[in-house]
Amino acid sequence: MEKQFKVTAETGIHARPATLLVQTASKFDSEIHLEYKGKKVNLKSIMGVMSLGVGQGADITISAEGSDAEDALRTLEETMKKEGLAE
Amino acid sequence: MTFLQGIAASNGIAIAKAYKLVEPDLSFEKKTVENAEDEAGRFHAALEKSKAELSQIRDRALVDLGADKAAIFEAHLLVLSDPELVTPIEDKIKSENVNAEHALKETADMFIMMFEQMDNEYMKERAADIRDVTKRVLSHLLGVHIVNPSMIAEEVIIIAEDLTPSDTAQLNRNFVKGFTTDIGGRTSHSAIMARSMEIPAVVGTKTATEDIQNGDLVIVDGLKGEVHINPTPEAVEEYRRIHDQYEAQKAEWAKLVNEKTVSSDGHHVELAANIGTPKDLKGVVENGGEGVGLYRTEFLYMGRDQMPTEEEQFEAYKAVLEGMEGKPVVVRTLDIGGDKELPYLNLPKELNPFLGFRAIRLCLEEQSIFRTQLRALLRASIYGNLKIMFPMIATLDEFRAAKAILEEERTKLVSENQKVSEKIELGIMVEIPSTAVLADQFAKEVDFFSIGTNDLIQYTMAADRMNQRVSYLYQPYSPSILRLVKMVIDAAHAEGKWAGMCGEMAGDETAIPLLIGLGLDEFSMSATSILKARSQISKLGKAEMEELAKEVLNMRTTEEVIQAVKKATQM
Repeated sequence: MEKQFKVTAETGIHARPATLLVQTASKFDSEIHLEYKGKKVNLKSIMGVMSLGVGQGADITISAEGSDAEDALRTLEETMKKEGLAE
Repeated sequence: MTFLQGIAASNGIAIAKAYKLVEPDLSFEKKTVENAEDEAGRFHAALEKSKAELSQIRDRALVDLGADKAAIFEAHLLVLSDPELVTPIEDKIKSENVNAEHALKETADMFIMMFEQMDNEYMKERAADIRDVTKRVLSHLLGVHIVNPSMIAEEVIIIAEDLTPSDTAQLNRNFVKGFTTDIGGRTSHSAIMARSMEIPAVVGTKTATEDIQNGDLVIVDGLKGEVHINPTPEAVEEYRRIHDQYEAQKAEWAKLVNEKTVSSDGHHVELAANIGTPKDLKGVVENGGEGVGLYRTEFLYMGRDQMPTEEEQFEAYKAVLEGMEGKPVVVRTLDIGGDKELPYLNLPKELNPFLGFRAIRLCLEEQSIFRTQLRALLRASIYGNLKIMFPMIATLDEFRAAKAILEEERTKLVSENQKVSEKIELGIMVEIPSTAVLADQFAKEVDFFSIGTNDLIQYTMAADRMNQRVSYLYQPYSPSILRLVKMVIDAAHAEGKWAGMCGEMAGDETAIPLLIGLGLDEFSMSATSILKARSQISKLGKAEMEELAKEVLNMRTTEEVIQAVKKATQM
C-alpha cells in the first residue's frame, strides 16, 4: 500500500526531519520506501533519504509492504503532520 | 627542556600534561581473508563498539551542549545503522573475501563521493559526517585510539594545529587547563575562545604538535606567550610562583568588581564586555562589566544545519537583556558570510571574503534572515536596555536601508499588539575606513558608534589579519589608526552622541591611556580584561592623557607612539 504527501517543511526532508522519519520507519518490520521524482529509496536508510534532496513543495510517495504495513503508514503520516513536515 | 615562543592569546599560567588533538593513523592494506564469516563478525563488533561510543558522546553532548549539538551524533548513529551502508559492506566481505577495513573504506568512499558531487552545500557537508563515522569504525577495526576531547577526564593542556568552533564546543571546561596551537594570532577564533573560557593559551607556536608528545608535562605561559616542554623541577617551581602571583593580582583586581571606572581626576568611562552567547554573562557579572558592548549574534547561527527561529533568538536575546539587569546591551546584527560560513546558506566561495558579501551587505539582500532577527530583537527589547548595532556599514544608504527595515518590523509588531520598547538606540560598527572618514555626517543620523578595530586596522593597512607574514602591519598604535579613531570620537561628541570601541584594542594596556586621552566613552573587551583595565584607568589622569594623545597624533611611527605612552605612564 502507498500514500502521497506534499512536503511543507521549509527545509524539506533534510537533517532532523530525515532522522525522525528513518527512526520511525525503522520501528516496523515492513519494507518501507520513499519515492521522489521517480527515484525510490529505503526509508530505513538515512543516506538513501538524504540523497534524494527532497525540498519544500515536493510530491513524495511512501509505500509499505509487510505484516505491519498499515500501522507503519499511519504512524509515519501522524509523525509528519505533527512535526509539520508534510501533509 | 624545550621552549617554544608563540603569541600570548589568553592570560594566565597553566601546568598540566599534554593532550594532543591530532588525526590518528588509520592506514591499512587490502588483504584476502580465510574466513569471511569471522571477518563479517569482526566488522559487526567494531560497529557495535562505535555505536556504544557514539551513544555515550551523544548523551554527554545533550547535557553539556544541548539538543542541537547532540543531534549531530544522533545522525551519526543512524548512519551506522543504515542498511544501505552495512549490507553492501557485509556482502563485499563475503563475496570478495576481503578484510573488513577494505570493504568499509570502499563502500563508504562511494557514498562520500556521491554526496560530495551534489550541488548543494548542505549535502556536501553530509560527506563529512560519513567520513567521520567511517573513521570511528575503522579505528575500532584497527585497534587505534581515536581522540575524543569530550571524554577527557583529567587535567590537561590541549595541543592542536588549530581549534575549530566545534572542537572548542566539545572541550570539557573542568579539565582543560590551557591550550596551545601551531597556527593563529591574537584575534583568531581559538584565541577569542580561550579568553571567553578564561583559560591560558598560546597560539601560533608553529611546531607545538611536532615538538610535544602526549603525556609530556607542559607549561603554558599565556602572559608572555611561551610554552615550556618537560620543564625542570626548578622551572615548575618558578612558574607555580608566577601563577600564584598572577592569581593574587587577580584577587586584588577583584576588589574593583562593584566599583565604577574613574580616572584619577574623576572622569568616568564605561567598561563593557564582548560576549558570544548568553552563557558568557556569568563572566561579565563576575568581572564587573558595566554593560555588554558587543553581543556577537552569529554564534546563534553557527554549528547547526538550519536558521535559528525567531523564537530561539528571542529567548537568547531576552536572557542576555534580563541577565544584565537594565545595564546597556549592544547587540550586533548578524555578521556572517565571507570567512564565517554557514553551510545551509549555500553561499558561493569568494576570492576575497573579507571584502565580499557579508554582514549588513548580506542582510540587506537576504531580508528574511534579517527581518527574523530584528523581530526577535524588538520583541526582546522590553526586557532590558537594548541597543542595536549594524556591522560593516560603508555608506549612509546602507544604514538608512537597515533602519527602514527595522522600522517596518516595529510597525508590524505593534499592529500585532506586541510590546516593543520605545527607546532603542541604533548605532553602527565603524570598521570600514570610508565610514570613519565620513563619521561627522553619520553622527547626525546614528545614536552611537562602536569602533571595530580588528577590521578597521586590517582594512586601513590593507593587511589580512589571518596572514602571519603581514601580521607586522597589525598596528593599533599607528598614528594613522589613532587619527581615524579620533575623527570618529570627535564626530560623535559634536552631535552629542557617544563613541565606544569593541575591538581587541579597547582592552590593550598600551592603547587604553591613548583612548582615555582621545575621549572614548565606552570600552568593550573580553570580560577577563575588565578589572585590569579598571585598575589601570584609576591611575591615569584624563588631562595628562589628553596631552599625550595630542602629542602622539603628530608622531610618524608606531614605535614613537609606544615609547611616548611608556614614558608618560611609566609602564
